[in-house]
Amino acid sequence: MQPHFIEFITVGFGLILLMFEAFTKGNKSQIGLLAAAGLTVILAMLFCPAPSCCPVPEWMERFYSDDQTARFYKIIAVTSTILVLLMSVDFSKVLSKFTTGGEDDSATGEFYCLPIFACAGLMWMASATDLVSIFVSLELVTISFYVMVAFMRRNVGSLEAGVKYLILGALSTGFLVYGIAWIYGAMGTTDITLYSSILESEAYHLNYLLFGIALILLALGFKVGAVPMQLWIADVYQGAPTPITAFLSVASKAAGFLVLMTIVSPFLAADATGSTVSAILLIMAGATLLYGNLAAISQNNFKRLLAYSSIAHAGFLLIGVATQDYDAVSFYLGTYLLMTFAAFFVLALIRSEEDSDELEAFDGLGKRNPLLAFALTIAMAALAGIPLTAGFWGKFLIFKSAIANDISWWLLSIAFVSVAAGFYYYLKVVKAMYWNTAKDSASITVPVITKVVLILLTAAILILGIYPQPIFNLLGH
Amino acid sequence: MLLALILIPFLAAIGILGGLPARLTAVIASLANILVATYALSCPACSDGFSLQVLADPKINLSLGITGISAVMLILSVIVTLAAVYSGKCPEGREKLWFSSTLFIAAGAIGAFLSTDVFFFYAFHELALIPTFLMIGILGRGDRKEAAWKITIYLAFGSIILLAGLLMATMHTGSFAFSDLAAIPASEQNTVALLLIIGFGTLVSLFPLHSWAAPAYASAPTPVAMLHAGVMKKFGLYGLLVIGMKVAPQGMLHWLPWICVLLLGNIIWVGLVTINQKRLDLMLGNSSVMHMGYIFLAIAALAANPANSIAEPAAILLMFAHGISIALLFSLTSLVEQKAGTLEISQLGGLAKKAPALAFLFGLAGMASIGLPGLANFAGEVMVFFAGFADWTPGESMGWVQITTIIALWGVVISAVYMLRAFRNTFQGPLVKATENAADIHYCEKIPAYILAATLLVVGIYPKIILQFLSL
Repeated sequence: MQPHFIEFITVGFGLILLMFEAFTKGNKSQIGLLAAAGLTVILAMLFCPAPSCCPVPEWMERFYSDDQTARFYKIIAVTSTILVLLMSVDFSKVLSKFTTGGEDDSATGEFYCLPIFACAGLMWMASATDLVSIFVSLELVTISFYVMVAFMRRNVGSLEAGVKYLILGALSTGFLVYGIAWIYGAMGTTDITLYSSILESEAYHLNYLLFGIALILLALGFKVGAVPMQLWIADVYQGAPTPITAFLSVASKAAGFLVLMTIVSPFLAADATGSTVSAILLIMAGATLLYGNLAAISQNNFKRLLAYSSIAHAGFLLIGVATQDYDAVSFYLGTYLLMTFAAFFVLALIRSEEDSDELEAFDGLGKRNPLLAFALTIAMAALAGIPLTAGFWGKFLIFKSAIANDISWWLLSIAFVSVAAGFYYYLKVVKAMYWNTAKDSASITVPVITKVVLILLTAAILILGIYPQPIFNLLGH
Repeated sequence: MLLALILIPFLAAIGILGGLPARLTAVIASLANILVATYALSCPACSDGFSLQVLADPKINLSLGITGISAVMLILSVIVTLAAVYSGKCPEGREKLWFSSTLFIAAGAIGAFLSTDVFFFYAFHELALIPTFLMIGILGRGDRKEAAWKITIYLAFGSIILLAGLLMATMHTGSFAFSDLAAIPASEQNTVALLLIIGFGTLVSLFPLHSWAAPAYASAPTPVAMLHAGVMKKFGLYGLLVIGMKVAPQGMLHWLPWICVLLLGNIIWVGLVTINQKRLDLMLGNSSVMHMGYIFLAIAALAANPANSIAEPAAILLMFAHGISIALLFSLTSLVEQKAGTLEISQLGGLAKKAPALAFLFGLAGMASIGLPGLANFAGEVMVFFAGFADWTPGESMGWVQITTIIALWGVVISAVYMLRAFRNTFQGPLVKATENAADIHYCEKIPAYILAATLLVVGIYPKIILQFLSL
């Protein structure tokens, strides 16, 4: 089997499932379980080594690479899709409420199929090595997301989020295409693998190139949630169905960063453009860190808090990209998946049970359900970057490369203040769970899927916090 | 062997969360830890280091080992842990949180002192952060919420600055092992030393970064106050001695005038603040901040001349003595509150008539804390003052350290003023309303106090029992 078949299999699986869904009656959330099972098989395939018999065919080579990094990001994409599907199954009550008005779940079937298409797009993005294939796969992802974000059609918030995401997404797509056109004009090709040799030979137009890069950075800034394209994040995250928020926050961001790294790495490595590009990235990083952290401090809605925290994390990751420590960025994203999903699983459950995303809904959770509270405490500690959790390693490695690369002191100071601010707003959640007393002290029962997933995620956060090597093994070290 | 020292309290804490009987498990775990520590220290050969590579690039190992200083800190940690699980009054129904947090903090402290890798040295210290936050926030006294936020944000900020310093310090060799630490290029020493002084200094409550400490200790539940003031706080000093002096000796020398001025801030400024305290727990919290100044004085003497052979033992002995004495004082203060119902000094009086044993122990601890000869702190303080003048030959003009030492000596007077006054107002004079019906401490409550008091006496009379480890 040739490596790129895996994306085709994924798309095919999605199509079959969509048909199957259309012609079956009954409990739609079983479609979700089926989808998750299918993706688990695909995940298993990703762990198999590439067969030596059939490499990527020549006509495809230009668009597709099957290296270890690509595999890593595919694993992130598939894992997060599986988690999204599982979360959706436990979230079906809310979905039905806002699609058919709570009568039945007949209108939720597509919700379990769409993530598979997004997943195929994300996987393709991970392998894409040409601006055109990057653009096409990115659009597959974005268009799937447009539908998913607005899926709860009887919920004004979800519709508003859908419209905002659509308009800003279209705008950023415009930037991206325009940027690609300028880069193509300056470099004469869209094949990214050729860029480093072109940059060496100096057969390009520097100003056109820089303009193109700037446009692409803007467009990808939208994907990863970096200033100045961060404005959509809070509203879209808040309005979208919670599993989709988690999906946006993890998989879409991870793929955005991978594409960012693929595109800018030749320019960062070259003398002519390196300093300019890294300066832009560092300025974006500083602004993103400030915006995300300062805005998160005052949030009383947990979903918005996670939205701003996701902006803040993008800031740290941008430092890693600017200092060309791509392994640190990949590692950070891998651990970010674990802790963010742990947080969103708890949030989704509280949303179904309490019908609220506000921090107040978490009051007294420590008494109402110790397991949920403990898992969320670990997730918050990891997001804050407290040592001996997986989240600390990511920040540690980013800081290490920042200091080793001698980035400017003001940015480092912003990063430090950000970490300290993070302690405050993440611990605010812990505080709500343990210090505050609940209005409703009835205990919460946790559905089996959420329980198992939470235990696994929490264990992974703690184990990787002491022994992070497995993630580096996945990255091929 | 050494790994067990961390795992015992850690697993016991998890067991408690999982439903084991809280108090009993905590006591057994801390007793077991004392036994393991004794065994590990008595037979250096069988306590060989432990090492597990957790990351290949950058190379980071979970490695543990006992060096001279860490042996002393280990003894301090296990003794205070045992006393801490016995101390304080756990509110009904909160045993899980109370004892598991205490053990988590202890595990973090022991882990930090045993680590011989910069990464885990740093990481273990932070293990205490969330338990402390929860304990103060949920079970604390007074302005517990404000105190909990203050200590958490301060320590988080201090740690992150520290992290920058540690990363710069290890950048050149690329290795995080203690054994690979070496002086870094002169051009960076000043920056690194500054970061380390601010980072470690915040954790040790160096003036003017000290304002988190007293309110946090005052409102913290007793075991947390004991472990934090007694053990965790020594982490910063330990770090300055083990890492700071090694990687940036010239940098430390460069900042020597600043260190001297700031440590006088601790001794004189905070000392005067301490005199003004109206509550026993706040007074002790401030006094613990003040006494950090003396240990910084020893570090300053070492920075002025790394060949100063008294300075390091002086710092370590005083760290040990202060840890034991402040833990004892916090433990007894909680008993005063249980017996008399208040800690406002003005509302106390004559407690010695009703609770002679408590008065005796408090007197002993107070005397130790102000440096009465025969008790451990005296040995430490005297050595610190000697260290201050070790490099000075009569007739020569005096340097920063000597002048600081002379001013710092006045701190002894200040301590005597507040401690004796507090003792007089609490235990002597006529009985007042609060103390009329107070009972003496009973057998069970005496155990932790006697353990700590005995340690103070033994080390005070024979300090070599501690100093011998420094040649390890």
